[in-house]
Amino acid sequence: MEINDILLAGAKAKGKRPYFFEDPAVERVLNITMAVAGELAVLRERLDTIERLLEAKGILSRAEIEAYRPDAKSEEERQRWHAAYIARILRIVQQEMEAIQDSPENNRTMDEVAEELEKI
Amino acid sequence: MNQVAINVPPAWHRIGKHAMAPEASHDEIARFNFIANLNKYLATVISPGNRIAYEKRVRPGFMREKGRDFQNRREVREAMLKDPHFQTWSALRRAAMEMRQQAGRSMVLRQAKELAQKAAKYNEGKDTLQLNSNLTIPPYIAKVDNHLMPGSYHTELFEGDVSAAANYDMGLFVTTGGALGRFNDGGGKAIAQWLLTHHPEFKPKRILDMGCGLGHNVLPIAQAYPEAEVIAIDVGAPMLRYGHARAQALGVTNVKFIQMDAQYTGFPDESFDWIQTTMFLHETSGKSIYGIMKEIYRMLTPGGLTMHIEQPQYTPDMDLYEQFIRDWDAFYNNEPFWSKMHDIDVVELLTSAGFKAEHIFQVGVRAVNDNEDHTKPRAPEPEDHGRAAIWNVFGAWKK
Repeated sequence: MEINDILLAGAKAKGKRPYFFEDPAVERVLNITMAVAGELAVLRERLDTIERLLEAKGILSRAEIEAYRPDAKSEEERQRWHAAYIARILRIVQQEMEAIQDSPENNRTMDEVAEELEKI
Repeated sequence: MNQVAINVPPAWHRIGKHAMAPEASHDEIARFNFIANLNKYLATVISPGNRIAYEKRVRPGFMREKGRDFQNRREVREAMLKDPHFQTWSALRRAAMEMRQQAGRSMVLRQAKELAQKAAKYNEGKDTLQLNSNLTIPPYIAKVDNHLMPGSYHTELFEGDVSAAANYDMGLFVTTGGALGRFNDGGGKAIAQWLLTHHPEFKPKRILDMGCGLGHNVLPIAQAYPEAEVIAIDVGAPMLRYGHARAQALGVTNVKFIQMDAQYTGFPDESFDWIQTTMFLHETSGKSIYGIMKEIYRMLTPGGLTMHIEQPQYTPDMDLYEQFIRDWDAFYNNEPFWSKMHDIDVVELLTSAGFKAEHIFQVGVRAVNDNEDHTKPRAPEPEDHGRAAIWNVFGAWKK
């Protein structure tokens, strides 16, 4: 009676899934994005609970949170975090850009590279 | 304040509590809140754009190309499927439905064993739950995972499983944005109130609810007629196990839950005074719906009543766009009989079963919503087609 609750939770319903966009890849990405958006909302709600509980317990007030301004060191750390976060999300765009600038040598498929390696 | 009041659904924690319900973590509740708000936004902000796209470009484009207007809703659908706004709304609505299933299932399946044990404890030794493991699941249930619910109402992941029902019970509040009330029982409450108000002289001794699911709509009926013997049938054992346990937990003990096929119940002729279905017939099929209606006629006592709660029927005078948009769930939310069912002439359906045309009636009812006022719509809003808590009731007296 052991069940894989993670995979079963996302099980497919019977029937062929409709795709509304001409390219199913667009719909795939949309679904992944909406799932991530949902998880961000879940996290935001949890943080909101923490803030409200901290306030209710008199540990800090939400006004303090609103008024908080990082000092120079915290500012640097936080801005770096933002930069890394955005870079993670937009990784593929960065890599496509690198590809445009890279030499043909470094833009070969691994099939092509394998062919070469076989010979050397 | 510079902010206009907007209509928001009740947060999920306002759902009616009962001892059979699964435990919900903070994140699971937040996940439901996201999905309910996504549904609300799609229904009230994005969906009206479909009508605009239809009027401004899809219909004029069709008329330019064909030299005539649309003749049926199938033509409207074919044309709308090419429209980018309809594509986006549809893709998002489909995603929201899939997300709702996953969110409910992940919450329920992690505690599936505990829920089965809890239900077994409530159900132990009670003759008000009668299961039949030899029952053949009718094809209209066996072949379709209605509204994208993997495994439908009847699949058991292990013996004694109730997870399908627990998922349904918790998730309906999300899909409808709480519009059916705290216990999702606004349909049952509405029909009981309607009957008590309009026919106070009617005192049914035996009441049958067909396709009861987890019994959320039959409990208010049993509460409104506490003297009556109430029987609720369904083909899904997980539904009945959970539904019976839920009823016990809520203190409603005058309902018997029996696993049965509505078309072939085996109940004697003229054995019920009132036979009810609530959002059930659209999940049957072309022939079985007629068979079920004949079975109802057979089981009703003379002077007995049958009523059926559904979304509005499509009538020839209903605008084609409206028919088309109401049909979305049929094709994209796994409700394949929905379209055909709403085309049926209900007078013909009832008379073919034996009811006389002069004793057939149709009324509109609105769900009784016991949520707190601040969670109810503050302003009029566009209808969430297919989900609106406003129904058409058709029925007949057997005279």
